[in-house]
Amino acid sequence: MSAPTLTAAVTGAGGVRALYRGNARAVLGRGLLAARSSTWVVVVSGFFEPVFFLLAMGVGLGTYIGDVTLPSGRAIAYAAYIAPALLAVSAMNGAVYDSTWNVFFKMHFGKLYQAMMATSLGPLDVALGEIGYALLRGVVYATGFLTVMQVMGLNLSWTAVLTLPAVLLIAFGFASLGMAITSYMSTFQQMDWIQFVLLPMFLFSATFFPLTVYPEPIQWLIQALPLWHAVELIRGLTTGELTGGTAGHVAYYLAMAAVGVVVTTRRLRSLFLD
Amino acid sequence: MPAPVITATGLTKHYGDLVAVAGIDLEVAPGESFGLLGPNGAGKSTTMRMIGAVSTRTGGDLQVLGLDPDTHGPEIRSQLGVVPQEDNLDTELRVRDNLIVYGRYFGIPRAVCARRADELLAFAQLEDKARSKVDDLSGGMKRRLTIARALVNEPRVLMLDEPTTGLDPQARHVLWDRLFRLKERGTTLVLTTHYMDEAEQLCDRLVVVDQGRIMAEGSPAQLIREHSSREVVELRFGSQRNQAAAERIAGLGDRIETLPDRVLVYAADGEAVVEQVSRLGLHPTTSLVRRSSLEDVFLRLTGRSLIE
Amino acid sequence: MSVEQTTRDDATLAALAGAVRPRRFGALYVAEHQLRAMRAYGWTIVIGGLGQPLLYLLGLGLGLASFLDAPVGFGPDGPVPYVTFVAPALLVTATISVTTEEFTYTVMSGFKWRRVFWGMNASPLAPGQVATGLVLAVAVRMAFVAVAYTALIAAFGAVGHLWSVAVLPLLGLLGGMAFGLPLLAYSAGLRDDAGQFAAVQRFVFTPMFLFSGTFYPLATLPTWLHWIGWVSPLWHASELGRAVSYAQPMSGATVAVHLGVLVALAAGGWVLARRVFVGRMHG
Repeated sequence: MSAPTLTAAVTGAGGVRALYRGNARAVLGRGLLAARSSTWVVVVSGFFEPVFFLLAMGVGLGTYIGDVTLPSGRAIAYAAYIAPALLAVSAMNGAVYDSTWNVFFKMHFGKLYQAMMATSLGPLDVALGEIGYALLRGVVYATGFLTVMQVMGLNLSWTAVLTLPAVLLIAFGFASLGMAITSYMSTFQQMDWIQFVLLPMFLFSATFFPLTVYPEPIQWLIQALPLWHAVELIRGLTTGELTGGTAGHVAYYLAMAAVGVVVTTRRLRSLFLD
Repeated sequence: MPAPVITATGLTKHYGDLVAVAGIDLEVAPGESFGLLGPNGAGKSTTMRMIGAVSTRTGGDLQVLGLDPDTHGPEIRSQLGVVPQEDNLDTELRVRDNLIVYGRYFGIPRAVCARRADELLAFAQLEDKARSKVDDLSGGMKRRLTIARALVNEPRVLMLDEPTTGLDPQARHVLWDRLFRLKERGTTLVLTTHYMDEAEQLCDRLVVVDQGRIMAEGSPAQLIREHSSREVVELRFGSQRNQAAAERIAGLGDRIETLPDRVLVYAADGEAVVEQVSRLGLHPTTSLVRRSSLEDVFLRLTGRSLIE
Repeated sequence: MSVEQTTRDDATLAALAGAVRPRRFGALYVAEHQLRAMRAYGWTIVIGGLGQPLLYLLGLGLGLASFLDAPVGFGPDGPVPYVTFVAPALLVTATISVTTEEFTYTVMSGFKWRRVFWGMNASPLAPGQVATGLVLAVAVRMAFVAVAYTALIAAFGAVGHLWSVAVLPLLGLLGGMAFGLPLLAYSAGLRDDAGQFAAVQRFVFTPMFLFSGTFYPLATLPTWLHWIGWVSPLWHASELGRAVSYAQPMSGATVAVHLGVLVALAAGGWVLARRVFVGRMHG
């Protein structure tokens, strides 16, 4: 019997001590160390991608669109309309990449988690450590993009400052859910399916145009998916249009993160400790 | 005597300033099992690549099956089976499909490929793995599959680059057994190895290669006879005292080699040497009398150990 | 004639006979192998090949279009629907994105990860045939993507003249190869992937996709960005596609320039790629 299961037996199956040793920062530290040896182009590109999109779509296409009228009746420039959406999308993409492909490789090729589980780390340490690393990267990118928005005059309200914690929450939601889903994946082909979910969310979640262009049932479907909540949350903050809905979006992500962490922890335990 | 399968004269290969092969002469007869023995980086693999018509020679003459690799690469390769040092099986295809797809490269009709695939799976003792994924095979099984794949075109010459490196002893013996059977069937084998026991097991004739040159040539027994004594005494005095002890016993046997961990005394009669040593008042921690091997030949020829 | 001579002739003759078929059909054997390997992710190719165009046409062509204030594309008789304007560019983007996978990771895999190219190299196949076979297999995948995309474009009514659906897939193929073959030459020379492919994806492909007059005419961009279009196979192929689809006004000389750039890129990349394969496999 390995040490962690022994502990689990002593404290009772599912005891928190068996799951979490309060050492997620060791896992996070490994992530940062590994990042130093990864290629800078890949790391840097995470910042440039949304900026390219903002210039091409917001500024270029914006010349054919003019102003966008918000539900409150206020009209804003097209660039100011899509910039917060691109920020939400990049938070999603970064978190999903770090929590799916990265985790998949470590699970099946690097065998990193087997090694971690053989130490005194618990599954929750690993889950939180990995998610924490994804968040850190997301916040760095978000800060960069917000600076670009500020320079371009696309932050319309002081509440734009609050997008930083909001991006953290969104990334946490996607990272924890992404890791939970990845723990069920066993082949590359299955991993491709994740992409098939991300693309329609990216195109249809009020990213480039309001939901009102769709018939009502499709609007409901989109409103059930996570990216729409992220886009609306961030857009509310950068434009200063906060409503009761804002709290709803936050609640959606809190729930998503909780589900993700619980499922991931359970899966890691059953994969490596049972 | 039939015409040689491979003839090389003054064969050289340079990569920029680096001289990988510095003038090699060799001949391999049909049905012969021919080995290139030498340490890593001796130029064995480069020589194999030139014979396999996948590396253009810098100088010298080379004929394989009576053809020049520079102009008749595809023709020569159509009669070769190549087992590379590092397996390059297609992990995205199943075991049997690997054989069939490879046979197609030779223009062999699909039905023939399929029939041969089944025969070869039996030969390689992999019948029950036909539908398995390559990644699920053990190291020894992968090697056997690679050999089976190299036989799919019924080659006249089978070229093996370090065939058993990285395998456990049992897997090595299974592999040697399969190669023996090919030898019995008259397939010409050309192999490189840095294992003396492998060379002794498999090769009718071999060349010892070091720094791109041939140091000696002959059958394993011949090489041992010419370049070493019949027996070797291995004496261990403890790592601090080997050098001093070697000086004390200077003159014993035909020749003495001092290695960091032991002293080797080459002599026709090993037991006699052991007696003389103890008469000198020396008491080694261990003393062992054994027959000379190719390792000793190599040490004699190059002053270095094969596996460093 | 001595016994010696006949033995020798026997082996030599077998060799001469053994290489006849590989010399003639070698590239096809490689293509066959590559296509077999693609079957492992066949569903991804099919779903991606149909789903992606569907989503883009719906999202950009219809969703975004209903939101535009000013017309973007013009035929000889005035404005055309936005979806008609973007469709050719989306088609070429799709064929190009096939190459950012198949002419990068697949090549690295053949040389380094799965090492199957070395297995081919030991057979009678020549390095040039390995390159050709790979390109043929990718052309098949690209053709599937192009035909599927064109069919959906037609279903959306996003073409000016229906006959143009016969030409659009060919332009997709040409555009894909004009981008892909130089990329193949680059990838085949790499010993290791230390992020170069991700860099190609994010610093070459994405900016090209965004700034090649894909969503609006190149002239909309500031002048100092126009060069991106000029060097972009996507722009040249999209412009030709628009000329074919809804007769976007274009002089004969312009057509010739677009075609010339695409053919030159594809042919140059092809020659270079073959050379890199030969150098690497028979060095």
